Amino acid sequence: MTANEVTPDPLRSTSSIGTSLLRRDGVEKVTGDATYAVEHPVTGPAGEPPLHAWLVTSTVARGRVVAVDPSEALAHPGVVSVIDHTSAPRLADTSDRELAILQDDAIDFRGQIVAVVLAETSEAAREGATLVAVEQEATEHRSAFDEDVETYAPESVNGGSETDTLDGEPDEALARALVTVDATYSTPHEHNNPMEPHAATALWDGERLTLHDSTQGPRPVRGTIGPLLGLEEEQVRVLAPYVGGGFGSKGLPHAPEAAVAMAAMTVPGRPVRLAVTRQQMFALTGYRTPTRSRVRFGAHPDGRLEALRHDTVSQSARVKEFAEQAAVPARVMYAAPHRATTHRLAELDVPVPSWMRAPGEMPGMFAHEVAMDELALHTGVDPVDLRVRNEPEVDPDTGNPWGNRRLVECLRRGAERFGWADRPVEPRATVDGEWWVGTGVAASTYPMLWMPGNVARVRSLEGGRYGVAIAATDIGTGARTVLTQIAADALGCPAEAIEMDMADSDLPFGSVAGGSSGTTSWGTAIVAAAQQFRADHGDSPDPGVETTAASGQYADMDGHALHSFGAVFCEARVHRYTGEVRVPRMLGVYSVGRVVNPRTARSQLLGGLVMGLSAALHEEGWRDPRTGHTVTQDLATYHVAAHADVQQLDAEWLDDVDEISTPMGSRGIGEIGIVGTAAAVANATWHATGVRVRGLPLTADHFLD
Amino acid sequence: MDAEITLTVDGEQRTVTVDTRTTLLDALRERLGVTNPKKGCDHGQCGSCTVLLDGRRHLTCLSLAVANDGAEVTTAGGLRGADGGLHPVQQAFLDQDGYQCGYCTPGQVCSAVGVLEEIEQGHASHVSDDLEADPELTDDEVRERMSGNLCRCGAYVGILGAVKQAAAASSEGGAA
Repeated sequence: MTANEVTPDPLRSTSSIGTSLLRRDGVEKVTGDATYAVEHPVTGPAGEPPLHAWLVTSTVARGRVVAVDPSEALAHPGVVSVIDHTSAPRLADTSDRELAILQDDAIDFRGQIVAVVLAETSEAAREGATLVAVEQEATEHRSAFDEDVETYAPESVNGGSETDTLDGEPDEALARALVTVDATYSTPHEHNNPMEPHAATALWDGERLTLHDSTQGPRPVRGTIGPLLGLEEEQVRVLAPYVGGGFGSKGLPHAPEAAVAMAAMTVPGRPVRLAVTRQQMFALTGYRTPTRSRVRFGAHPDGRLEALRHDTVSQSARVKEFAEQAAVPARVMYAAPHRATTHRLAELDVPVPSWMRAPGEMPGMFAHEVAMDELALHTGVDPVDLRVRNEPEVDPDTGNPWGNRRLVECLRRGAERFGWADRPVEPRATVDGEWWVGTGVAASTYPMLWMPGNVARVRSLEGGRYGVAIAATDIGTGARTVLTQIAADALGCPAEAIEMDMADSDLPFGSVAGGSSGTTSWGTAIVAAAQQFRADHGDSPDPGVETTAASGQYADMDGHALHSFGAVFCEARVHRYTGEVRVPRMLGVYSVGRVVNPRTARSQLLGGLVMGLSAALHEEGWRDPRTGHTVTQDLATYHVAAHADVQQLDAEWLDDVDEISTPMGSRGIGEIGIVGTAAAVANATWHATGVRVRGLPLTADHFLD
Repeated sequence: MDAEITLTVDGEQRTVTVDTRTTLLDALRERLGVTNPKKGCDHGQCGSCTVLLDGRRHLTCLSLAVANDGAEVTTAGGLRGADGGLHPVQQAFLDQDGYQCGYCTPGQVCSAVGVLEEIEQGHASHVSDDLEADPELTDDEVRERMSGNLCRCGAYVGILGAVKQAAAASSEGGAA
């Protein structure tokens, strides 16, 4: 079925949008009744209970599987089968080598799936996995992201951006600049760690594969798993009514989804449950690559940039390329006539990096915004004023006019509310008891992204109600609630009259909940379908009539540069004797277009700030270069922000309407909160102590003399 | 090796056969179909599996089911009133938006109920200035006591607000 493409008009009135409607799925969540991927009571046609799958993973970083001996495992009570590369179903498409598991004997990284155990209970599956004897042959590998690592230029970087850009003559301009910054900034391995580990329940009935999955995109999973298994897309049904967070790690299908689907194919009629362990997530579900960015600024004494270079290196996996676009934000942030950005990759024998909240922007803006703080020091210009002074009139990257760039207002508003003017200019100037105290600022940015292909269906129900359907997911963003509000305003009815139907790949196409594009893309499709529904069926439709419409491109992405901006202000305290860093106060001010639901939007922005704070204070994955093993593979060794880390934290937004981007006037808000946040903390710790830390996280050892 | 145990789960007595390796969490989730407590790490590091065990908050992933024969377990699902209405802590989580994805939430809710009871009983915490005095329900006390429950969505501001709202509701209720 192909739906007519409709490009919507802006919403004429907004009465539901802008209200703090409680989450539509809140009661299920606060009681625990919400069912996540392995919690659905799935049984076979004759009531067969699910089998439990457990992954067996490689313990060498590169080499091959010589032999898998399942005999001890199979002798264990409850173990049903062991699937390895000699017995696994053959995949129809092995071009994506991250997903093409158990097809040959190659080991490409430590932690790769080399066998799957199926058993009647999870205890038997887990014990069985330890009893599978995997003989491995190790060959020489390289997994260290060292300074001297060999690099190459990818064809493009994540998001489809150009690998390199060059305007003017940056090297010459840098050489003659009166004030310069030239420093290298690093970010470590960071792991998404959503609270719900990746998990799925799969049932193959001989004709159709049903996957209850923990995913950010039921349709993208269907579109990947179907061809992988040699099935028509329609033979795969993916359901994800509740998803326990993703932060990018559930945006693209990863190897565990292939494993559970393949395992289910071996036992037709029997459901298979796979819950990836927290430890296995560190190798199998994507992570943020470490980055090193050399940033060079050449400026006039008044702080105006004349030249900038942002040259970034990150890690990619030999088994599959991923190019973190860390230098991309430097293309839009500030005006400078001479500019260059480059991306290079080190191809290593490591697990496949992937999306983690604000890929590119997060590590890139850490580098860029700490470098701006250094430029402020060198020029003696206040860090807020410095950014204002470098405000570009048009997008430096495309030359297009800005759709709605209000960074300066965010900076000014934040400075006023935070009390920025009271700050001493000099660092290491304030002591409170045993603590050095300082403040810092950083800008944030995130592009407006709209995904093509979305389709929504509107159907009239009994009693003046409407059913609205799209195969989108709510991974905690509030999508189920805000799409209800959007549909209500698009149809001109109260939110209570809307029944949202989502998270099922059998519904009309919904794109991935990623790139802060969900509400923008799905919402535009819903407005298009609702407006077309009214055109087709009028204001008093008979129950049962419906309209399905595909979303035309509403956003003027060709004529305008569409980005969100923000400013983060932070107070940091550094303990004089232990170096401990605390953040008693943080404020983010954002320009994100119209806010659909202040309650859920605030949580999105605060959540981004918390994740940025977490990166600033704690997050650091370590890989042992001798073995390729991620040694920090649980939440006791890979630290994320806990409640006591978060003190006075607030987010606000400018009164805004962006009708160039969406018919709702909104832009995405899922990622901008994390961008710039770690830089604001780093800048505040510099101001507190006079110690400039150019790598995350800001651990205590940096501040001990 | 299997063993038969009896648990009272959310007010209902249940007899269940478990493997002696089965954790209390897996007994609830996989053997009894009670999936209100969630599994975030299986190692006692995240708090998602928190329930009230014989009235006190407890990480069910760190206990073997066979060691808890006869225990009374209250999950977030069992905190509802007799009429099915939400517990004041649950209502406060809704009002304050103290959650996003909802996966850590049942554990947070059980933990919050436990925290309020512990403060009521005068238990000190790491941040209590005076270990002998009755602790006050300050922001720092709540933050400290709730730090065993990780929330990767970062809903801590809302969670703090929810615990305070619930405490205020309960003291108003107590005064009435």
